[in-house]
Amino acid sequence: MEVIGKVSRVVGPVVHAREVTRAQMLELVEVGEQRLIGEIVRLSGDEISIQVYEDTTGLAPGENIYGSGLPLSVELGPGLIGSIYDGVQRPLELIKKQCGEFIPKGVKVPALPRDKKWKFTPSVKAGDSVTAGQILGTVPETDRLEHRVLVPPGVSGKVVKIAPAGAYTIEEEIAVVETASGKKPLRLAQPWPVRQARPNKQRLPFDAPLLTGQRVIDTLFPIAKGGTVAVPGGFGTGKTVVEHQVAKWSDADVVVYIGCGERGNEMTDVLKEFPHLIDPRSNRPLMERTILIANTSNMPVAAREASIYTGITLAEYYRDQGYHVAIMADSTSRWAEALRELSGRKEEMPAEEGFPAYLPTRLAEFYERAGLVETLCGRTGSISIVGAVSPPGGDFSEPVTQHTKRFIRAFWALDQDLANSRHYPAISWLDSYSDYVDDVGNWWKENGDPEWPALRTEIHDLLRREERLQQTVKLMGPEVLPDSQKLVLDTAKLFKNTFLQQSAYDAIDQYSTAKKQVKMLRIIVTYNRLAAEAIHKGVTIQTLRALPVLEEISRMKFSVSNEDVAKFDALQGRLEKAMEEVARGAQ
Amino acid sequence: MTATNPQELLKSREYHGIQKLEGPLLFIDNVHNVGYQELVELRDGSGRERLGMILETSRGSAVVQVFEGTTGLDLAHTSVRFRGEPLRLPVTKSMLGRVFDGLGRPTDGGPAPVAEERWDVNGLPINPTSRVYPRKFIETGISAIDGMNTLVRGQKLPIFSGAGLPHDRVTAQVVRQAKIVGEDVSFAIVFAAMGVKHDVARFFIDNFRNTGVLENVVLFLSLADAPSVERLQTPRTALTIAEYLAFRENMHVLVVLTDMTNYCEALREISTARSEIPSRKSYPGYMYSDLASLYERAGMVENATGSITQMEILTMPSDDISHPIPDLTGYITEGQIVLDRELHQKGIYPPILTLRSLSRLMKDGIGKGMTRDDHAHTASQLFAALARVKDVRALASVIGEEELSTLDHQYLQFGDAFERTFLSQREDEDRSIEETLDIGWKCLSILPKEELHRVTDEEIAKHYVKSS
Ligand SMILES: Nc1ncnc2c1ncn2[C@@H]1O[C@H](COP(=O)(O)OP(=O)(O)OP(=O)(O)O)[C@@H](O)[C@H]1O
Ligand SMILES: [Mg+2]
Repeated sequence: MEVIGKVSRVVGPVVHAREVTRAQMLELVEVGEQRLIGEIVRLSGDEISIQVYEDTTGLAPGENIYGSGLPLSVELGPGLIGSIYDGVQRPLELIKKQCGEFIPKGVKVPALPRDKKWKFTPSVKAGDSVTAGQILGTVPETDRLEHRVLVPPGVSGKVVKIAPAGAYTIEEEIAVVETASGKKPLRLAQPWPVRQARPNKQRLPFDAPLLTGQRVIDTLFPIAKGGTVAVPGGFGTGKTVVEHQVAKWSDADVVVYIGCGERGNEMTDVLKEFPHLIDPRSNRPLMERTILIANTSNMPVAAREASIYTGITLAEYYRDQGYHVAIMADSTSRWAEALRELSGRKEEMPAEEGFPAYLPTRLAEFYERAGLVETLCGRTGSISIVGAVSPPGGDFSEPVTQHTKRFIRAFWALDQDLANSRHYPAISWLDSYSDYVDDVGNWWKENGDPEWPALRTEIHDLLRREERLQQTVKLMGPEVLPDSQKLVLDTAKLFKNTFLQQSAYDAIDQYSTAKKQVKMLRIIVTYNRLAAEAIHKGVTIQTLRALPVLEEISRMKFSVSNEDVAKFDALQGRLEKAMEEVARGAQ
Repeated sequence: MTATNPQELLKSREYHGIQKLEGPLLFIDNVHNVGYQELVELRDGSGRERLGMILETSRGSAVVQVFEGTTGLDLAHTSVRFRGEPLRLPVTKSMLGRVFDGLGRPTDGGPAPVAEERWDVNGLPINPTSRVYPRKFIETGISAIDGMNTLVRGQKLPIFSGAGLPHDRVTAQVVRQAKIVGEDVSFAIVFAAMGVKHDVARFFIDNFRNTGVLENVVLFLSLADAPSVERLQTPRTALTIAEYLAFRENMHVLVVLTDMTNYCEALREISTARSEIPSRKSYPGYMYSDLASLYERAGMVENATGSITQMEILTMPSDDISHPIPDLTGYITEGQIVLDRELHQKGIYPPILTLRSLSRLMKDGIGKGMTRDDHAHTASQLFAALARVKDVRALASVIGEEELSTLDHQYLQFGDAFERTFLSQREDEDRSIEETLDIGWKCLSILPKEELHRVTDEEIAKHYVKSS
């Protein structure tokens, strides 16, 4: 790398340089003799501003800036799955091997292992014409995931050489394509600039849910594959647990978990737990589909800003191979705050609450990279984003929550009171919403219950009615209500306790299949319908409350596992019989 | 640094006269090659020395934050020397039993500790891959903590308090009683006081002395009469020796930082003096990252058997938990113990507001083989019942107690019994976890069994106390 300028001023993570001879916007540079990694974020005459991804302590004016001529990029290829990277894709496991428990400055370790050989099987032959995004061959990246080696975007032409099946490192040439601008050698790995979205053929309408195994989500506030959702909540309300649960139990092929400015122990938790957790769908350890990006709160703030882009670029790469990818971003607020801090150090004009005026644009760009698409190779792939938002003081009227709301279509609002009473997940059934209900309705009708949309609406309405009744109860107590309204309170309570509450730490309850969810839902709705009829016929609420089958229903989530959902049918039978008997008794 | 001849280098980096003084900041021109966050030595006209740190460096000028305040400095007679390295603390086990100021200089009249190594007080981030997830239950003997907001070794669990509430007494009780059941190692204590009064410091020191642990404590005192900027370094020096003791000497260290509110005020003071764009309530936008650079220096790592457990005390301005100081702290720490003025006024000690408190690492430290197998369910049931008590009390205040249903009456009774027997305890009362859970069940047994949805039938059969 050549010297392109000299440090003139150091303001925390922002470094200014002068006497610049040659520089490009967003170029990757190395700063000072410690060779800190940075990115050029402003050009003006012979001056540049650099955002530095490492701690700048000790850096002094006069030190050199080294240019790379290339934009900040990630390396895409086999070996990403199962890895843990920092915000600029430095492999933390390897850094530990080299440097011990703490992360020193200026370490340079390549993202993908150089010496590892991968079993490559070609799927094109010499003489074939290929276009960008087409599959050249495959590599078994993990026992469950076939890595599809793609012709990089921008490359097309005739294959003049393709490697025979065999083992190759990511640096070995596996193909040569004769393009309009000459011969282009291809390898198992390719670079891509993180701030640029990777191309696809076209966007597709949503059609299937991203199943999360979390009942309140899948049933009340579903997200589609390719959809975007925000999870706002004050501290300790359960954002991270939601992100962990979705990362564990969703039916995505690949999960990219971005720990952006959050706790070190939470990343350790994932790192230590996922290799031992078995994905119920593939029967393989969850780590075999997971990539972790960890830029914890005490790591440099500029790299926190980059971590979101690093994460989504890796996600796009697997989407382009025809996979459904889910991104967990915890927390997007820390990323926005990193933007704010860098903006302040660059002395830009602040807009609301000190955030730069381009905050909404950046948020939009990020969420726009989600979606269900037809890939360049003609397959279907998707990126879903679950973005945690950490509003100051738990107040959703702040800028990050408000702007995020414009770019997402589902909102899982976490409620402090629910969290205080340990009603988990503390997703408010009143403040949350999902615009994907119609998109995924057909899927649920076919794979769950033909009456799914109606059952769902019925229970959702009941919750809203209960909320209105609670206003009266708060003033006069529940005893003043007629039995038909007491039933609304009872059913709502039953639904909250048995269906909405779901423990993340119970072996049986932590994850519910679609089947289990619809069966539980139907049982509760059935109870409500039949009980309302019974009350109409003169049965008292006391009689109903004393029914032993209610006790069974309230424990069904723990007593019936995903494997024996048939037991729900028996329970449904017992419920209907019991209700028939009380109704008969009343006549 | 590639110092050829350190002496010569230092001399070459000495400057006389400065350009501007503003609050705790000093501006100096015509300096070269000064490193960001480098340590600075200042001498005033009378020869008195002070320390400072570079906050911003440009070609030809630098901004210095003076730890000991700028009082008495003038422009002409102040000389400045750049040390070419950040503030470092000599680290050695012999610091146990000693007292230091916020910058790590002895103030107990004893000699400066002789150490082989001097560590940068800013520390380095722990690689998440080398962390060991904390799971070991610390019995504090306080029911509201052990039973419902369990502390584990390596956790960072702050106390959110208010002016005049007994946070010092609660903390002192935790420090006195903290133990690992079945293990015979005691905690070394690193105590850092920032901007608190002398009597607070004395209260803790007397406490340490009376329990005979003073030899096992390192004290860093930057009290109310010390310059406020010094507070910004105090937790950093304290955490540096804590890291040394935990990760080099393999000791279990309990760090008490008090009062983080004073720390944050000092942070705001500097930020305002630099006319930075403020964030909420004019605290700087980087306060989250700054606090995280302290709080994340807790935990355990591979290759060391020691640990750092942090208890930060902070007083919430006007008891407001949404104030940026408790808010940002809560977003970083692994839970919080909240003290409540109303409980305190009712005469309840410790006045812990259980519903608002949380321990995020509880789940992995409790249960079979660690505390008791019903612990998680029992705690969850207590929380559910207390949430209901809150609603019933609100209802009772509107419609009158007489109008309540029988069940609601039982909840009121439960609430009172909980405050009287579970929550309240003496300052010298050290309850075992079994005692704590048994008291919890005694309270729950005031409610009918059918109300207890979060415990299993077997647990009810085993622990529910039939009324006589
Ligand atoms: N589904 C759940 N089951 C059981 N416990 C839960 C669940 N959701 C949340 N919790 C409890 O709530 C605690 C706090 O949750 P979490 O750490 O996810 O909060 P958070 O919103 O991410 O907070 P922060 O913004 O401070 O990171 C957890 O440690 C856990 O004890
Ligand atoms: Mg979190």
